[in-house]
Amino acid sequence: MRILILTNKGKIMFKKFLAMIAALMMSMSSSFAVDFSGKTVEWLIPFSAGGGSDKWARYYAPMLSKALPGNPVVVVKNCPGGSGTVCSNQFAQMKNGDGFTILGDSGSSKFPFLLDDKRVKYNPTKWPTVLASATGGVVYVSTSKGYASAKDFKKLQGKKLKYGSQGATSLDLIALLGFDMLGLQVDPVFGYKGRGPARVAFERGEMTIDYQTSSAYLKVKSTLVKEGKAAPMFSWGALDAKTGNITRDPTFPELPSFPEYYQQVHGKKPGGVAWNVWKTFFASGFGGQKMVYLPEGTSAEIVKIYGDAFDKVHASEEFKKTSNKFLGSYAAAAGPDAQAAAKAAFTIDPKSKEWIKGHLTKKYQVKF
Amino acid sequence: MFESLLSAFALIFSGPHFLYLLLGVTMGIFIGILPGLGGIVGFSILLPFIYGMDPVSALAMLIGLIAVIPTSDTFTSVLMGIPGSSASQATVLDGFQLAKQGQAARALSAAFASSLLGGLFGAIVLTLIVVIAKPIILFFGSSELFMLGILGISMVGVLSGDSFVKGFLACGIGLLLGTVGSSPATGEWRMTLGSYYLFDGLKVVTIGLAAFAVPEICDLLRKNTTIATKDEPLGQGWLQGLKDVIREKWIVLRCAGIGTLIGILPGLGGSVVDWIAYGHVVQTSKDKSKFGKGDIRGVIAPESANNAKEGGGLVPTILFGIPGSGSMAVFLGGLTLLGIEPGPALIEEDLQFTYVMVWSLAIANVLGAGICFAISGKVAKIAKIPYGILAPFMIMIICFAAFQVTRSIFDLYTLVILGAFCTLMKTYNWPRPALLIGFVLSDTLETFLYQAVQIYEWSFLLRTSVLVIFGITILSVYMGMRTKLEKPATVQVGISHLLKFNLETFFLGIIFIYFIVSLYDSYQLNFLGGVFPLGISAIMFVTMTYTLFFNKKWLSKAINSNYSSVDTKDLFLAFSWIVGLIVLVSFFGFVIGLVIFFISLIKTKTDSSWSKILTLTFTAIFFMLILSHYMTLDFPSGLLQYLVKLPWPFN
Repeated sequence: MRILILTNKGKIMFKKFLAMIAALMMSMSSSFAVDFSGKTVEWLIPFSAGGGSDKWARYYAPMLSKALPGNPVVVVKNCPGGSGTVCSNQFAQMKNGDGFTILGDSGSSKFPFLLDDKRVKYNPTKWPTVLASATGGVVYVSTSKGYASAKDFKKLQGKKLKYGSQGATSLDLIALLGFDMLGLQVDPVFGYKGRGPARVAFERGEMTIDYQTSSAYLKVKSTLVKEGKAAPMFSWGALDAKTGNITRDPTFPELPSFPEYYQQVHGKKPGGVAWNVWKTFFASGFGGQKMVYLPEGTSAEIVKIYGDAFDKVHASEEFKKTSNKFLGSYAAAAGPDAQAAAKAAFTIDPKSKEWIKGHLTKKYQVKF
Repeated sequence: MFESLLSAFALIFSGPHFLYLLLGVTMGIFIGILPGLGGIVGFSILLPFIYGMDPVSALAMLIGLIAVIPTSDTFTSVLMGIPGSSASQATVLDGFQLAKQGQAARALSAAFASSLLGGLFGAIVLTLIVVIAKPIILFFGSSELFMLGILGISMVGVLSGDSFVKGFLACGIGLLLGTVGSSPATGEWRMTLGSYYLFDGLKVVTIGLAAFAVPEICDLLRKNTTIATKDEPLGQGWLQGLKDVIREKWIVLRCAGIGTLIGILPGLGGSVVDWIAYGHVVQTSKDKSKFGKGDIRGVIAPESANNAKEGGGLVPTILFGIPGSGSMAVFLGGLTLLGIEPGPALIEEDLQFTYVMVWSLAIANVLGAGICFAISGKVAKIAKIPYGILAPFMIMIICFAAFQVTRSIFDLYTLVILGAFCTLMKTYNWPRPALLIGFVLSDTLETFLYQAVQIYEWSFLLRTSVLVIFGITILSVYMGMRTKLEKPATVQVGISHLLKFNLETFFLGIIFIYFIVSLYDSYQLNFLGGVFPLGISAIMFVTMTYTLFFNKKWLSKAINSNYSSVDTKDLFLAFSWIVGLIVLVSFFGFVIGLVIFFISLIKTKTDSSWSKILTLTFTAIFFMLILSHYMTLDFPSGLLQYLVKLPWPFN
């Protein structure tokens, strides 16, 4: 009992103290520039340590620390669970952000939002977006089907191809929908724990079509393609955030992009509801795969500070020297450009949404 | 090859690299001793410091950490009966029995020596195999891995003790618990009871703590003595342990080989390795009577396998960039942060990095075993502390460890519920290892079965490689049965026993209902999403129905009705302490809950003075705060924290 009373008293005093501090801060922030010196910025990553998003955040963290005013310590904190939804839900509870907590994400935590997963209690369009990192991927096929280059596409038609997949609602949604649009007969084999094990299954000859993200594809290129066991088909492409167009992937300029390849196959530009869906999911899965958000209601001043800080990072010598190795040669957008990328990644009209849900239910028995 | 091997050796001893290795080893020993924390936690702590470090120092530190966890986790397994990490669950079976008999010194020295030999074996294999491992990994596809999973499940036979039917049903429960969460084929949610917490499935750490730690703590609380009942807790026998290892050198070699192979194969997961080794040694021994009652071979086998596993686990990680276990996944992330790209190129061009890892592994194993020998005298005093004082510490640590699984209060509720179930399993002699093997292999079996059928249809069963592994399975089952004696059932019970309500009937009822609910749940899913749990629960339901209602011989084996009501009451009292802490934590948060819990438990169980009670309580809190601060781990918060904002450390 005694302990409780004491804490109660302490609590009231503490609250008063907090109110004083808050008042002081308010008056300071209106007259002085925001300064983070001596503070700690917590960068939440809703996935496990060692995963793609974790590596990405840990790569950026020391540079972000240098670029923010007052050089706060930036710590990456992993809070995995529910495909990233648990932590994102908690982040959504934070209002009026002070700039000390930021959230990173990945394509696989954007999809649950786009598909109305019942675990999602957040709306990323309400969060100011300050960074958007892109990535890409290359689709390749086994040469055992007689495919060597785009002119051999006919040889693939009517043949059954096997694709090692992580699940119909994972990032593979883009690949599976893309294969459908091209008219390929691809049977996905689900249950692979990542692109890596699927690549090994391809090497064993169990799978006949596969895609890898850019850095992993470079390895495929130097082994399987060189040995003549696999032939590249196309890259997914790169998203031009300003125009919304999909262009050739700068890392693989020799390969056509997906829409280019589509045109080669069908003789016309891609269109219709399937293409709309594909574009949105591509924008959230590749074009703006990893984003950094501030909590809802963060002041425009702090949002600008973060946007500028990431711009500063991208302009630094350190980033220019090392980013190719860690991120590939993709545009990393900060500030208003990142906001535009977020818009592309989260804009889906109700008709397209119903269409993709119906498609997933019909084809892969996904229940919504 | 030899040149780069030698230059890598020289490199480790130059500059600060060796100091980092030592740092990694020290941390690894500490993390190994703490129950429930393993390589994943250790790596996650080190990762933030990796970026920008010298790659050689960083590799030495990371490998040093992972190499010694399976050495030091033996302390907890042998001295407390709690698995120190998921790689030494099998060590508990015989190791803890030896400690109770006052032979802890013998068990520990045998364990450290076999760990050392196993670790060195793994390092040697890693050295030789990285150059030629590619065909081996490519050989094991989904069909072969599925069959290896069946080989693993066949170990249940020898781990079932006196009643095969109990082992079979326990394994079925484990398999079904392993299917909770999203289905690998369709992504449908199974047996989640509408709770988002269960969407991600249950984790092996939770199951391990529930199966071994909770029942053991209840038992000891009930008896309220010290762990070692003899005066000298360690007993004599340091030399005896070493002699045991020398005598059983072939077991060490075989189990180290098994451990390395399981490590190399991505997909089987590291946490089965100790069970497979244990099952193997039981199967191949002529005299099986002492297993589970303190047979030194039951310590040597898992300990030589779990250290060897790490060397094997590095093979697919550095060769293919495919992690063989959870901790290797985090290690892979670390490699990328260092700018080291795993893949064939790493072997061909940067062989030196690979051999830095080899040497770090070998040296860390030597250092780890040496340090463990050196500190064992001090650590072993734990077994002499009266249980009333030790218990609150142990309950605190297992709750903290369980909470780190997903950092949700539901981790603690799951621990209590499964812990209660496993305590009943222990009480009525149901083999908990069978449950654990089922759980660990469930996902492997289902995923690979599904993939194999998709790729080859059912003809995958006729592939030569699959038939060879199947042959090995048959052989190993045969060898396991060779000398097994059918013990006559001691108690004759009839169906009338079931009509009387007692705790055991209740326990059997829970299992029966679980099978029915699981059957119902999986029936509602798509064919591909539900067929695996549907099949398992149908087999289990039929077996259980037959056992309970038609076969008196099986029934008498399935129940063990000589447990008195007095014992039952004691068991409830002991278990309610754990429930008590969880209730306190859910209301007041971890720190305040602990203070109340410590004071009341020590006051009730011992006649310590108030000053002693308060000293112990605040030492424990202080220890927890230091631990959470340096490892950036969180505490559970309760209703109080939800309602009002409290200052550190109460938040």
